[in-house]
Amino acid sequence: MTSLTPRASTAPKASTAPKASPASPTSGSRASRIAARAAGGAVRVLLVLAGLFWLLPTAGLLFSSFRSPSDIAGSGWWEVFAAPAQLTTENYTRLLANGTITGSLLSTVLITVPATLLVLLLGSFAGYAFAWLEFPGRDWWFLGVVALLVVPVQVALVPVSKLFGAVGLFETTLGVVLFHTAFGLPFAIFLLRNFFAEIPRELLEAARLDGAGEVRLFTRVVLPLGGPAIASLGIFQFLWVWNDMLIALIFADSQSPPITVALQQQVRQFGNNVDVLAPGAFLSMVVPLAVFFAFQRQFASGVMAGAVK
Amino acid sequence: MPRTRRTDTGNTRSTTRDRKRSRAVAAGFLLPALLLLGALVVYPIGYSVQRSLFDRSGSSFVGLDNYLALVTDDSLRTAVRNNLIWLVLAPAVATVLGLLFAVLTERVRWGTAFKLVVFMPMAISMLAAGIIFRLVYEQDPDRGVANAVWVGVHDTFAEASGFPRARPLPAHPLRAAGGGAYVTKEAVRAGEPVRLPLVGVAPGRMPEEARPARDPATPPTAGATGATVTGTAWLDFTKGGGGRPNVVDPAELGLAGLRIEAVRDGKVVATATAAADGTFALPGADGAVLRLPASNFREQYDGVEWLGPSLVTPAVIGAYVWMWAGFAMVLIGAGLAAVPRELLEAARVDGANEWQVFRRITVPLLAPVLVVVLVTLMINVLKVFDLVFVIAPGSAQDDANVLALQLYRSSFGTDADLGVGSAIAVVLLLLVLPVMAVNIRRIRRETRR
Repeated sequence: MTSLTPRASTAPKASTAPKASPASPTSGSRASRIAARAAGGAVRVLLVLAGLFWLLPTAGLLFSSFRSPSDIAGSGWWEVFAAPAQLTTENYTRLLANGTITGSLLSTVLITVPATLLVLLLGSFAGYAFAWLEFPGRDWWFLGVVALLVVPVQVALVPVSKLFGAVGLFETTLGVVLFHTAFGLPFAIFLLRNFFAEIPRELLEAARLDGAGEVRLFTRVVLPLGGPAIASLGIFQFLWVWNDMLIALIFADSQSPPITVALQQQVRQFGNNVDVLAPGAFLSMVVPLAVFFAFQRQFASGVMAGAVK
Repeated sequence: MPRTRRTDTGNTRSTTRDRKRSRAVAAGFLLPALLLLGALVVYPIGYSVQRSLFDRSGSSFVGLDNYLALVTDDSLRTAVRNNLIWLVLAPAVATVLGLLFAVLTERVRWGTAFKLVVFMPMAISMLAAGIIFRLVYEQDPDRGVANAVWVGVHDTFAEASGFPRARPLPAHPLRAAGGGAYVTKEAVRAGEPVRLPLVGVAPGRMPEEARPARDPATPPTAGATGATVTGTAWLDFTKGGGGRPNVVDPAELGLAGLRIEAVRDGKVVATATAAADGTFALPGADGAVLRLPASNFREQYDGVEWLGPSLVTPAVIGAYVWMWAGFAMVLIGAGLAAVPRELLEAARVDGANEWQVFRRITVPLLAPVLVVVLVTLMINVLKVFDLVFVIAPGSAQDDANVLALQLYRSSFGTDADLGVGSAIAVVLLLLVLPVMAVNIRRIRRETRR
């Protein structure tokens, strides 16, 4: 289902297969095989170049983060290949000892974890209701939620900051969590409703006959069956919130900002603070990258399902 | 309907009570989500629409003035124009690259690894990507990899930058002519070999092809007849000392590649380039003054100012494509997996070449996926904020402005104008309405089934 899984068996063998016209199988096959091999070589070269193009920027950040401030100021990060001895963990130790970055990483966790769990919880409640409960106007309500899928967060920045100001949620962790939850919900409800709707009716009927109430049905049957969708959604939402800067910039407590905001404040003096920015940015990427590599498949399917968002 | 099952055991009263109970259960399941959506998504839409019709202070009604400002105000117009550039460029480039990668990775064994590399930036924050590209785009070619590569390529293909900081000594027969050029103090004559000595070039920076200079006193090589002026341009400097000024000493090198112009009455009558041994010949230059144009002495090429006013938007779009080409690739790759292989094989057997198969079969079959990818990226691009905010330096932020950035500035900046900010928010919403309508239509069809 995801294209990140190897599909070598189904890949076309065109690059190696002779493409001679059927009329001249012997004379043409050699020439066309050579042509095909040349084309295959060109494809490889192109992909290697593109791969380098995609790797180099991140490599630059990574190597820069392990160089001393004077090395960073004096030469490019590629110099480490000539002099690997200049690599040092000094930037990281200094950054971690300072406490600002660790504090902001903690803020990020305190925002991301509740915002993810809340979206999963409320989203699966609502998704279940839309899939299996009877109430008047059900389909219309659901269409309303679908309509909200593409609403840009920008629409809500000013109104919600006023609203939060009025109820004392402005610049609080709870406020940021609620905002992320609200804007994560349309997609969560949409995805989970569609997934829950695929559960065989007989399964639910059987549980009801056994005397299970709606709550029991939900926790014992629907949630376990919805595992894959919930996992995909959870990863997607987790990365979304972890990586957010705009919402945190406006709604988060400026005394203990999440990592993105803390780093953004450093970017304004970009130039001689690469020794702070590079390791800081890399620390902010460690968790998303770990999640990405551990759950590629779920992430890819979440991204694909989110294509409507 | 699950609930009607119970009617056979009870009377009508119990069914109404049942229905009420089931409604209460449904409300319990739905209410938390709907409350949040109502307060933080739906209500703000109404607020923004209403607020966009009022002025900065929010007290007086101004109608559509805030929307008009989007096309009349200079800085707002820049934002609108840049957003259009984004909208045209970014999704198209990302989709084309995604298509290319998706198709080509099927032909190599390490396609999965490649996809992982290209898809990886999707997982990181735009802020981190912004910092990454701030480093890439650093101006100094010794620090920013983009300029390092650019300058490397430039110096490989372009003419060598010549002899920066080369200059004559006062004892030399040359004087500065302004603008970085040098001219001979006196007019030159055919048959009187000209000496053009310069100093100030580090030995290591001399052109590789430079050979020991030929003394102009020795008779020149063939072809020098009539009004042809000949001479030698050389580096009048002997390593380790011992050289005499104005004399071609044995170890002194010719200024290979130095451009020389003969100027008579303000007009260039002949040009020449010094050979490896520094000799040159200028036909018809008798009585002219020789000039060494400033292009010989230009400073070293310093690369492109990526984050300057003119290139900042394409540069940030480059970072965006780096992040999102993987998204296009994965979606298109999934679409590609659904393309029947027999169709492609059949076309190949019929003699179609790879390009024809791609152009006539693969792309048309993928059209629906390509549309989804393009539309998704367009919606995404409308709202681009972080990348511009982080990559564009403060000085270039006005030139790189986009709607979402302007919205942030108008709403939370030092001279905030909530009227304009809300108008931008409403415009962003209006622009995604067609997609909203398509989504609703599709879901309605599906739920009716």
